[in-house]
Amino acid sequence: MSTIAHTQKRGFAGTVWEYLTTVDHKKIAILYLLAGGFFFIVGGIEAMMIRIQLAVPNNDFVSAGLFNEIITMHGTTMIFLAAMPLLFAFMNAVMPLQIGARDVAFPFINALGFWLFFFGGLFLNLSWFLGGAPDAGWTSYASLSLASEGHGIDFYALGLQISGFGTLMGGINFLVTIINMRAPGMTYMRMPLFTWTTFVASALILFAFPPLTVGLFMLIFDRMFGSGFFDVAMGGNTIIWEHFFWIFGHPEVYILVLPAFGIFSEIFPTFARKRLFGYSSMVFATVLIGFLGFMVWAHHMFTTGLGPIANAIFAVATMAIAVPTGIKIFNWILTIWGGSIKFTVPMLYAVAFIPSFVMGGVTGVMQAAAPADYQFHDSYFIVAHFHYVIVGGIVLGLLGGAHFYWPLMFGTMLSEKLGKVTFVLFLIGFHLTFFIQHFLGLMGMPRRVWTFLPGQGLDSGNLISSIGAAFMAVGVIIFLVNVVITQVKNVQVGRDPWEDGRTLEWSLPSPTPYYNFKQLPLVRGLDPYWIEKMEGKTEMTPAEPVGDIHMPNNSFVPFVISLGLFIAAFGAMYHADEGKDWAIPVLIIGMIVTFGAMLYRSIKDDHGYHIHKEELLDESGKGGAV
Amino acid sequence: MANLHPNSGDPKVTYEYRRKKHAEEMRMQVITFTMMIFFTVIAFAAVGAGFSKWFIVPFVLLLAVVQVIFQLYYFMHMSHKGHEAPQLFMYSGVIVGFVTILAFVTIIWW
Amino acid sequence: MAAEQKFTPQTWPESPEQATLEGKNKFLGFWFFLGGETVLFASLFATYLALKDSVPSDTHAKAADLFELPLVFLMTMLLLTSSLTSVFAMYHMKNYNFKKMQQWLFITVALGLGFLGCEIYEFNHYYHEFEHKFTSSAFGSAFYTLVGFHGGHVVFGLSWIIALMIRNAKRGLTLYNAPKFYLASLYWHFIDVVWVFIFTVVYLMGMVG
Ligand code: HEM
Ligand SMILES: [Cu+2]
Repeated sequence: MSTIAHTQKRGFAGTVWEYLTTVDHKKIAILYLLAGGFFFIVGGIEAMMIRIQLAVPNNDFVSAGLFNEIITMHGTTMIFLAAMPLLFAFMNAVMPLQIGARDVAFPFINALGFWLFFFGGLFLNLSWFLGGAPDAGWTSYASLSLASEGHGIDFYALGLQISGFGTLMGGINFLVTIINMRAPGMTYMRMPLFTWTTFVASALILFAFPPLTVGLFMLIFDRMFGSGFFDVAMGGNTIIWEHFFWIFGHPEVYILVLPAFGIFSEIFPTFARKRLFGYSSMVFATVLIGFLGFMVWAHHMFTTGLGPIANAIFAVATMAIAVPTGIKIFNWILTIWGGSIKFTVPMLYAVAFIPSFVMGGVTGVMQAAAPADYQFHDSYFIVAHFHYVIVGGIVLGLLGGAHFYWPLMFGTMLSEKLGKVTFVLFLIGFHLTFFIQHFLGLMGMPRRVWTFLPGQGLDSGNLISSIGAAFMAVGVIIFLVNVVITQVKNVQVGRDPWEDGRTLEWSLPSPTPYYNFKQLPLVRGLDPYWIEKMEGKTEMTPAEPVGDIHMPNNSFVPFVISLGLFIAAFGAMYHADEGKDWAIPVLIIGMIVTFGAMLYRSIKDDHGYHIHKEELLDESGKGGAV
Repeated sequence: MANLHPNSGDPKVTYEYRRKKHAEEMRMQVITFTMMIFFTVIAFAAVGAGFSKWFIVPFVLLLAVVQVIFQLYYFMHMSHKGHEAPQLFMYSGVIVGFVTILAFVTIIWW
Repeated sequence: MAAEQKFTPQTWPESPEQATLEGKNKFLGFWFFLGGETVLFASLFATYLALKDSVPSDTHAKAADLFELPLVFLMTMLLLTSSLTSVFAMYHMKNYNFKKMQQWLFITVALGLGFLGCEIYEFNHYYHEFEHKFTSSAFGSAFYTLVGFHGGHVVFGLSWIIALMIRNAKRGLTLYNAPKFYLASLYWHFIDVVWVFIFTVVYLMGMVG
């Protein structure tokens, strides 16, 4: 039980088993990337169907009911099953290396988090094949979602509940990793910005997901177990769901965008070859955004009728968030300013991100003015706003990050040429699709509408928007082609492939050894690898002699725990149907599987194993020290 | 790995010192517990005695908060060194929770 | 292996729950989890307060009709005392006295079971005497969800402690299981913290309308 198991070539089945049981953060990152990428494509196909339906007036490419299912699944998939896991992929791949850790704090929990997310997402998407998907919007407002027939909403509530548990565990794991596992000398104020944003986003997860959990439980109870939280006839109150959803929902947008900010904060200094401007104000702004993010949720509910005082308070708080965000924008610009810039693909994404995101921020402040929001609300203006922040911020960050961190994760370099083609197509497509939607909204086109009539001034705007979507689709396809070509060619790159790496992850040999750091590095300042390089060194100075390294064992238990909940969810969902007597036993069996696996984990000791010093010294012969 | 005491000179001395410290701490815990029981009894008595609602509600809430602080700081050792991060996150949780409750008792009225 | 090492009371470290890196990580992670649980229960309290006495018609029982102070007082005493007994257990854990720790944990579990018995009686009573059900009104849903989530935590906490006691009965304390015992006791205290607010907000404030 040691290195041999890891260096051996294994067959296909062996590889699958390795990934089903892995607790290595680098492999879990790849799992997140694959699963998140898959759901991104599913969500993207749904988006294309929406834009085809809306390309021309009076279209009937899809029926009205199916359209509702598609928009609901598009939003839900993109937020919960694509954007979050893809960001988790980068957090797992990069953050532990950035702080000089051999592993995350809870490797087992890390794997559990992934499998819960995966089974939750699978459950949600099975709705397509089992009687229809949810159709009450990704916000699933209660009166509508209680009235929805079939099991669509049940899939939504149960699926998100399961994957939400996984996210929560991931968040706690990152928090403890960052606090406890930093290498010697890696003080808080020397942590790279991506680590900082991971930290703040994880804290937001910790506090934002419980309200969602509670809201989802109530939805589950109301729909499947006869309670009356949102049912007015029983004394319930439908607004409670809205509050819980947005108490979670607004922090959620920052959970998504902060790590993207973090990725850009790594890309700018690397390719401007200049240290990040205003590091401490960046940290401060990140924390402040995280804090304010909890005080503004009701700006999604201005038109609900909260009253003028509540609306005023939440409007002012919302506008305040623009201040720390502005600080960040200026810091990025000043980082590029006077740098010796290399326009690689990641840098292109980063540069394009600034104006794109600012446009989303500006419409955000417009909407924050509560009286004006009465006009914008539920119109295409809102759709334009949040796509400018989500695509212009998060998706550009994900694409830029994918190119930037590809060599770190796979040891190969994506083609810069194809990358630039993707970039151009995607950026043009993005603005073409969403810019015009501001005006469609102002002209009165409502959000979540199945079709529109000709001759109302909406025709050409919608057509342009759909053409833009096609551009984005082609861009993404070329990106996939790029991935396939790169992986088939499999030209391995060495250490520091961008040549300008500043932080610890680039100081490692490629591919990264499974124990990450043979000797923990000594961190002497911000951008530690850059500091060493400036002194003519090619490696980090070690902070300890070579010694035994403790490693966790692989485990199949995370998979089983998650599978149990997946099974139980079917029981919970079908138990109220007539003639489905098997449902309650299924619920119970699923719960037994889950709790049994937890008990097994608890009572079966697992001390991990050690890689011995001699093996480590042996390996350095084969290239790749530290 | 053998000796993990923070400032261990003579193990025998530190051992006895620690035993004593633990015993002292235990006395504190019992006092804490007595206070908690006392607060609880007062709270129940206030309701049982049928004072005005405007007195009882803030009064019992205050007692609950004080009691919980005891529980957190003594029973759960949050007063000890090395609890800075737990404190930060507990307080953050309390703030988020408080804002939620505040919203639900003020702007959900119909 | 370090985690299996045998100790004497003299060599047993001052903070055994945090003597290893795993212990430190668990300690911190569990506290963060409790921070999240705080928000979870706050959300349940918020819902309860918003839906308190919110019933479809006047024939349904309201808070002031339902609650009886003596039973709640008894439950409170049981749970508060069990909090103290688990402190005692941790005291003996720190002194490397495994036997006494197990004894106090046993008492803790017994008190917890007593609490649970009272709660089951209570729910049963409301259900049959007052037709106050999970499905009868929004008030009922909110009440049973809040108090029931707490009860569920009690069940989980008891199972956890019992599992630890049985699993480690033969091998005594090590640096591998010390953090586990410590966390279980933190969890138990947290359950008590939540109960303090439940008896105050739900029962005491419920009595005064
Ligand atoms: C930073 C990343 C951001 C993301 C990911 C984001 C996302 C979203 C989303 C998804 C919605 C749709 C709500 C709905 O379903 O109606 C929305 C609405 C809104 N956003 Fe943002 N937003 C971001 C930034 C901002 C900023 C910086 C502001 C203001 C300073 C802002 C203010 C608003 C307001 C007021 C609404 C409500 C509009 C309405 O529903 O009428 N957002 N945002
Ligand atoms: Cu918002």
